[in-house]
Amino acid sequence: MSAVVGKTRGRFSASLTLGLALVALLLAAAALSLVWTPYPPGAIDIPHKLLTPSAAHWLGTDALGRDVVSEILAGARVSILVGVIAVGIGLVFGVLLGLLAAAAKGIVEDAIMKLCDFTFAFPALLSAIMLTATYGAGVVNAIVAIGIYNVPIFAKLTRATANGVLAREFTLAARAAGRGPIAIAFDHVLPNIAPQLIVQATIQFAIAILAEAALSYLGLGAQPPQASWGRMLSDAQNWMYVAPRLAVFPGLAVALSVLGLNLLGDGLRDALDPRLRARR
Amino acid sequence: MLLDIDNLAIDLPSPDGPRRVVYDVSYSLEAGESLGVVGESGSGKTMSALALMGLLPEGAAVSGALRFEGEDVTRFGEAEMQKLRGDRIAMIFQEPMTALNPLHRIGAQVAEPLILHRGLPKAKAWAEAVKLLDRVKLRDPERMAHAYPFALSGGERQRAMIAMALSCGPKLIIADEPTTALDVTVQARILDLLATLGAQSNMAMLLVSHDLAVIARHCRRVLVMYGGTIMESGPVDAVLRNALHPYTRALLEARPRHGAPRGERLRAIAGSAPPASAKPTGCPFAGRCPMTIDACRVTPLPTVELEHGHRVRCLRVDAEGRLK
Repeated sequence: MSAVVGKTRGRFSASLTLGLALVALLLAAAALSLVWTPYPPGAIDIPHKLLTPSAAHWLGTDALGRDVVSEILAGARVSILVGVIAVGIGLVFGVLLGLLAAAAKGIVEDAIMKLCDFTFAFPALLSAIMLTATYGAGVVNAIVAIGIYNVPIFAKLTRATANGVLAREFTLAARAAGRGPIAIAFDHVLPNIAPQLIVQATIQFAIAILAEAALSYLGLGAQPPQASWGRMLSDAQNWMYVAPRLAVFPGLAVALSVLGLNLLGDGLRDALDPRLRARR
Repeated sequence: MLLDIDNLAIDLPSPDGPRRVVYDVSYSLEAGESLGVVGESGSGKTMSALALMGLLPEGAAVSGALRFEGEDVTRFGEAEMQKLRGDRIAMIFQEPMTALNPLHRIGAQVAEPLILHRGLPKAKAWAEAVKLLDRVKLRDPERMAHAYPFALSGGERQRAMIAMALSCGPKLIIADEPTTALDVTVQARILDLLATLGAQSNMAMLLVSHDLAVIARHCRRVLVMYGGTIMESGPVDAVLRNALHPYTRALLEARPRHGAPRGERLRAIAGSAPPASAKPTGCPFAGRCPMTIDACRVTPLPTVELEHGHRVRCLRVDAEGRLK
């Protein structure tokens, strides 16, 4: 009995397992769409428009006769692309800025943190709309906009956690051994803050998927014929009373992906927390 | 002369402007010599040690000269300081539990200065690290090198720290309360090890401690610090047997005595250390000293030179070492 209790509290908690399963499903859908979809995504087939789910079209067709399953599978690809690149931008620049701020202290730290506050002052979606309005709608600009929004989040998290690590004696001991601040930042600080960064990355991934859906819904992200869950929702809006399922399926896809990533983040937080790990 | 400190003063930044935490500190150290620095918390003993390594907190200002092997390290830039640290001057810290990175293997941490200062390739530095772990008498050094810090006891970690500090064969090792966090039995063994290894390679040691017994056993000379400056200094025998400064005497009396009658109270020093913000013009100990006269509060500390390099900085001690 105690073994069972111990196991549920262990590294593979329920939320971690469910999160991993949902994220794996998202990845599998995206991977599958690269090699196979029931119909070519974006293929218009007006005679077969607004069909209800059937053996030929598992989730039916939309107002232009596009197969909903194919569109959702292909849409997963865009979601993952946006998530990976936007989080990647945020991680690379945010972590570098955060480490620089923590290592340099003084004016440099103040300047970087004020810049982050300045970026925070604009609601993310608003700055994304501004960017896409200026440089044109499209997935690339949406990714850049979401990526920029991620930078201060990672910079702040990195600085705060890095300062915690730098206050510990082993970084002073590393300096006493003759190591320079940059070597200490990458060799001693980064590995010690990696768990927090990984957890934040999964959460930002979920936020990026939501943001892409929102931008595409507003017509500022993916453009037809490119498949995107947000664009599907936007198209479905006109047929809400005739075929509400057209909004339900992509909506479910977004919701399950975001839920999966958040559960994964939560589960990882618990699994990577040394205090909780020690209790195992 | 390995180390020559002349008129060192340290100011730390504080919300009310710079605070003088160390002043008027001068001493020197020959190669292979061991010097103990004793004093209570806030006496400036750790700060004066950190100044030697250039590891003072951000914004600290140092004045005076810190000559190491003839060069004034206060004039060194960060790059020169980095070359010095861990190579010719090494440091051992108080908390072995936190002074090692929990995510790196012991061997890699001991090898780090060798890669950095000697340019050894990784594999060679690792082999060297295993030898060092053996020198500090860790059991099964091969296995220890592969272990992570959490798997080691406090004493084992402090031995690993010593191995790391000794890796490049430093001329001077600064040990800041190296055994305060350890059991008494382990303390003695660690300090004996340090002393033996130091004697083998003619390494000078600066041992910072609040424990007079530790210093009496392991050092030839001692500095007694209070309120940021030196009160009394000289050979351990002279200072501890013939303590002249009222502060040194009070420190000696405050020690628990072996064989004291049951129920006898330990003698504490009345009052508490003055806040670092209120530096008096006279003696910093004047407020707590049983022998204070009015002149003590206003006269800058005199230095009374006695035989064998025994120095006392007290207005009430005359040139023959008698109380006035």
